[in-house]
Amino acid sequence: MAMIRMSSPLARAIGLGSAKEGVEHWWAQRVTAVALVPLVLWFVIAVIGLVGADRAAVIAWVKSPMPAVFLILLLVATFYHTALGLQVVIEDYVHSEGLRLGTLMVMRFLCIVLALRGVIAVLMMALGA
Amino acid sequence: MMSDPRPLSPHLQIYRWQLTSVMSILHRASGVALAVGTILLVSWLGAASDGPEPYAALQHFLASWLGLLLLFGWSVALFYHLSNGIRHLVWDTGHGLDLRSVYVGGWIVLAATAGLTIVAWIAGISHWRP
Repeated sequence: MAMIRMSSPLARAIGLGSAKEGVEHWWAQRVTAVALVPLVLWFVIAVIGLVGADRAAVIAWVKSPMPAVFLILLLVATFYHTALGLQVVIEDYVHSEGLRLGTLMVMRFLCIVLALRGVIAVLMMALGA
Repeated sequence: MMSDPRPLSPHLQIYRWQLTSVMSILHRASGVALAVGTILLVSWLGAASDGPEPYAALQHFLASWLGLLLLFGWSVALFYHLSNGIRHLVWDTGHGLDLRSVYVGGWIVLAATAGLTIVAWIAGISHWRP
């Protein structure tokens, strides 16, 4: 027996459910997760080498010069992944629509501010005198 | 209408914990903890960039008992979320979804979390030049 389809041919071709989204979120979370595996392992090893180091040693390390590149990649992947993850948590637990929208906006804003603060700090150390 | 007195959804107080459900909620909890912990990462980079005084103040804080406790908690959350995240990525490929693999993978993740945390802290302490 053929299944009765209520959706239009266009809706069937696009292949999205009633939410109209979700695939990009799911995929971006995985892509950032895969990127973060080597970046986090690299960062942990680098930080262990810098335990107790003075500021001059940290700046020399950032300038060396690949750490600056990897740090910026780490910051971008971390805050993208964080924003996606916290979005799901907020959507699960904050039921009032207005409060949920406000919480999501504040969360994303904080992620962007922290990411920019980190990236600019790395750039200033990498490019500074 | 008479309501049936049978128990409905699981009561958390009497619900028997399973490795699978505990590890699932721990993945989310460690993720939220790491989101808060990003403030530590950005503070470190910001302080190093800003100047000698902010950097010395941050280093002083991180070497305190509260700082070390935060760093330890952050490292446990990081290694757990990293190991269990890899377990999730394996699941996403459609592998390891039978009950036995899910439990074996869970124990491997817990062992990896403990192992990575211990190795990182031994390496860190041996590198410490106060």
